[in-house]
Amino acid sequence: MSDAAVTHEAHAHPPGFAHQFETIEQQRDAGRLGMWLFLMTEILFFGGMFTAYTVYRSLHLPAFEVGSREILEVRFGATNTAVLICSSLTMAMAIHSAHSGKKKGVTMMWLVLTMILGLTFLGIKLRFEWYEDYLHHFVPGLGFQYRPEWASLGSQMGQVQMFMCFYFFMTGLHALHMVVGLGILTVLLIMTARNKFSPDYVAPLEISGLYWHFVDIVWIFLFPLLYLIGGRY
Amino acid sequence: MSTATLDLPPAVPAESRVTYLNATTGIKSWLLTKDHKRIGLLYLATITLMFMIGGLAAFFMRLQLIEPQGALVEPETYNKLFSIHGIIMVFFFLVPSIPATLGNFLIPLMIGARDVAFPKLNLLSWYVFVTGCLLALIAIFSGGVDTGWTFYTPYSSTYSHSAVTWMAMGIFVAGFSSILTGLNFLVTIHKMRAPGMTWFRLPLFIWSMYATSVIFILGTPVIAITLFLLALERTLHVGIFDPALGGDPLLFQHMFWFYSHPAVYIMILPGMGVISELITAFSRKKIFGYSFVAFSSIAIAVISFIVWGHHMFVTGQSVYAGLIFSVLSFLVAIPSAVKVFNWTATLYKGSISYEAPMLYALGFIGLFTMGGLTGLFLASLAVDVHLNGTYFVIAHFHYIMVGGAVMAYLGGIHFWWPKITGRLYPDMWARIAAALIFLGFNLTFFPQFVLGYLGMPRRYAVYPPEFQVLNVLSSAGASILAVGYAIPLIYLFWSIRYGPIAPQNPWGAKGLEWEAAPTPPPTENFDVMPVVTEDAYNYQPLKGAHHSV
Amino acid sequence: MHEHGTQEHGHHSEAIVPVKTYVLTFIALLILTGATTGVAYINLGVFNTVVALAIAVMKMLLVILFFMHVKYQPGLTRIAILCAFFWLGIMMTLTLSDELTRKWELNPAPWSALIPHMSHLPHIMRLFF
Repeated sequence: MSDAAVTHEAHAHPPGFAHQFETIEQQRDAGRLGMWLFLMTEILFFGGMFTAYTVYRSLHLPAFEVGSREILEVRFGATNTAVLICSSLTMAMAIHSAHSGKKKGVTMMWLVLTMILGLTFLGIKLRFEWYEDYLHHFVPGLGFQYRPEWASLGSQMGQVQMFMCFYFFMTGLHALHMVVGLGILTVLLIMTARNKFSPDYVAPLEISGLYWHFVDIVWIFLFPLLYLIGGRY
Repeated sequence: MSTATLDLPPAVPAESRVTYLNATTGIKSWLLTKDHKRIGLLYLATITLMFMIGGLAAFFMRLQLIEPQGALVEPETYNKLFSIHGIIMVFFFLVPSIPATLGNFLIPLMIGARDVAFPKLNLLSWYVFVTGCLLALIAIFSGGVDTGWTFYTPYSSTYSHSAVTWMAMGIFVAGFSSILTGLNFLVTIHKMRAPGMTWFRLPLFIWSMYATSVIFILGTPVIAITLFLLALERTLHVGIFDPALGGDPLLFQHMFWFYSHPAVYIMILPGMGVISELITAFSRKKIFGYSFVAFSSIAIAVISFIVWGHHMFVTGQSVYAGLIFSVLSFLVAIPSAVKVFNWTATLYKGSISYEAPMLYALGFIGLFTMGGLTGLFLASLAVDVHLNGTYFVIAHFHYIMVGGAVMAYLGGIHFWWPKITGRLYPDMWARIAAALIFLGFNLTFFPQFVLGYLGMPRRYAVYPPEFQVLNVLSSAGASILAVGYAIPLIYLFWSIRYGPIAPQNPWGAKGLEWEAAPTPPPTENFDVMPVVTEDAYNYQPLKGAHHSV
Repeated sequence: MHEHGTQEHGHHSEAIVPVKTYVLTFIALLILTGATTGVAYINLGVFNTVVALAIAVMKMLLVILFFMHVKYQPGLTRIAILCAFFWLGIMMTLTLSDELTRKWELNPAPWSALIPHMSHLPHIMRLFF
């Protein structure tokens, strides 16, 4: 071993430094890579449902078109897509604000805006989509009723219920991830209030941002795949 | 001891030095530890318990199968026994075994780091794993599971009256634990190698752990969503797998096996990594074809993801898909064979010594080869039509999982035991146990190849009388195997208190964990952080009876 | 590999992404959302799906490259993301290779029913009629 060996001396480190690392840059790189690896698992996790969806849609397209066109409402899906895109912007701005050394109040404002947009998304979904679906007997397992005009699908009519199954499973799993995201944002809000972040140390904000943007991306695919099947012409 | 050992007298006996074992005391210091070495030991204790539970199920199965119309258990109970045996052994023993115990302990040491990248996440992964184990135990005690470890629908989603949902949750949670472990390992290996530790100087154990971690990340989420959907279907009675609801049972199988086939490579790749370490250490020779062995681990991990349909040849899968999967399944044998050739070439003209770890390693090479070759029969579509669902399949995978993975695990535990505990175990008893395990294993599982070929189906509580002799031989072998496993449990425990104090490097092995870290290591692993200047396995030939450094 | 030795405080080697980039990305995302919604009201046949997916991929790339900073990251991040999608592709492709080729006649073409002597053709030919 040579004299170039690094000893574990007690030299001053930036805030939030963890001592299994040599430098804060190494720690930051490691944190990012770790979050990306986790997001890879999420891609495969949602991907399993997307695969199942692709199989059934390929085999039963007419029934899926009926479900998408006649049960789901594009205005809510499109609005929610815009809401999430706004929330990605506000999240990015929150990190930007902390990284640029702005006052913690500014960062907190952006975080709160992100949370409000997230809650808006969930509110629209729960009140105007799921609750209405429930009232109109479109929820599989909770008194699902087939419309008489769907009888033209013949033996495939049952696949309309299958489509709604996918709708609730996929948007439900997505909503669950949003709720977790709101929890993470709450923690970040508290950490910001307690002055944990500085231009040198924004890692928790940054990697939580990655998670939040990922949840947005899942919705970016859910919207056309669920709401826009078969067109509206 | 053999002539191949190198004894450096310890400067200070282990008990008076501060090591990771005595740095802090009390149960809280263990349950709240962030030290990867202690976490490895926490895992070791947990999976040993789970192994005993899975083994108990096997014990009753083999007892039942002594008689053709055995009346030890009802057929419904037998269904639960083989299901629990498979589930516990796969998800709660083999998948975490080497990665969470030896991987956790060794990876930072081998690459010259102070700990893994995310020590708190590491501790969390153990708690998550324990939660999964508890959920599985709840499943066992609230009626067990009778679907087989494969949970095929619609039986598991609709018709089974057993604790499927509890068990599915347990596997989901344990799987999440493995994702956290794999994530930690990948980041650690990418970002925390010591200066001079380039990719191609890494021990091959690290390469195999890297490949295993890739499978953890890419495969485990799919079993997670599959079991999640199964649990939803079972509880809500709506879903995508039951034909009565418009679903496709084969879709479940595709999604299940997309993970579960790579999972078997999760179970064997770390073992292969251990064997590379053992073979080099006990032939005192550089590995033959380092890059081939390193890349073969990656190749196995990649190819493992495109062969899963060979579990579905007779389920009604499309013949075209069957053809594709059959061809691809032959492909995966190639990198495994590369490893076997390279290990053998490493042995050639090496200074071989036969301590217990080496006995396990040599046994691995033979038994893994047999298991692997019999896999080729099963990969052949036409032959599989006859062999699928028979004891041939069972023998095939037990040769790999038990003759391979478990023996590699035991070999690794023995090899690194001095590093972990600072003590030596009694080598004579270790060799006796290794021999008994080898003998017991072959007696248990070789007859099963014959049984399968002759047509005895798997998962049956009773069988035609003409199969009795072979079944009795198999059960006899199982009892020898059980004794073989019990012996190390006893002397390893004994050695913690009463074994001789180990020198820093009792085997004279190469590697940062042996040469740069004390035995046992301090909490921070190294007194002086190492800088690497040489390749792995840089063994120098021995001159005469005296040791040269 | 990492550097060793002390680092000066306040020195972060990373440039901050300007607000303008974020705003432009945001606007592009909203435009694409409007586009995909609008295109759904135009009959493009099977291309409705293609266009919808293409737009979704573009939106995803905008979020990944700019909001998630991947444009400014080392290659390892991109490899990781590509691997995840590639593996998802493996799962979809091979699963569909079974699901879509299982039945001999998915949607029998109407005129094949009019040809009574089709039954003497080998099974494989029926895939194409």
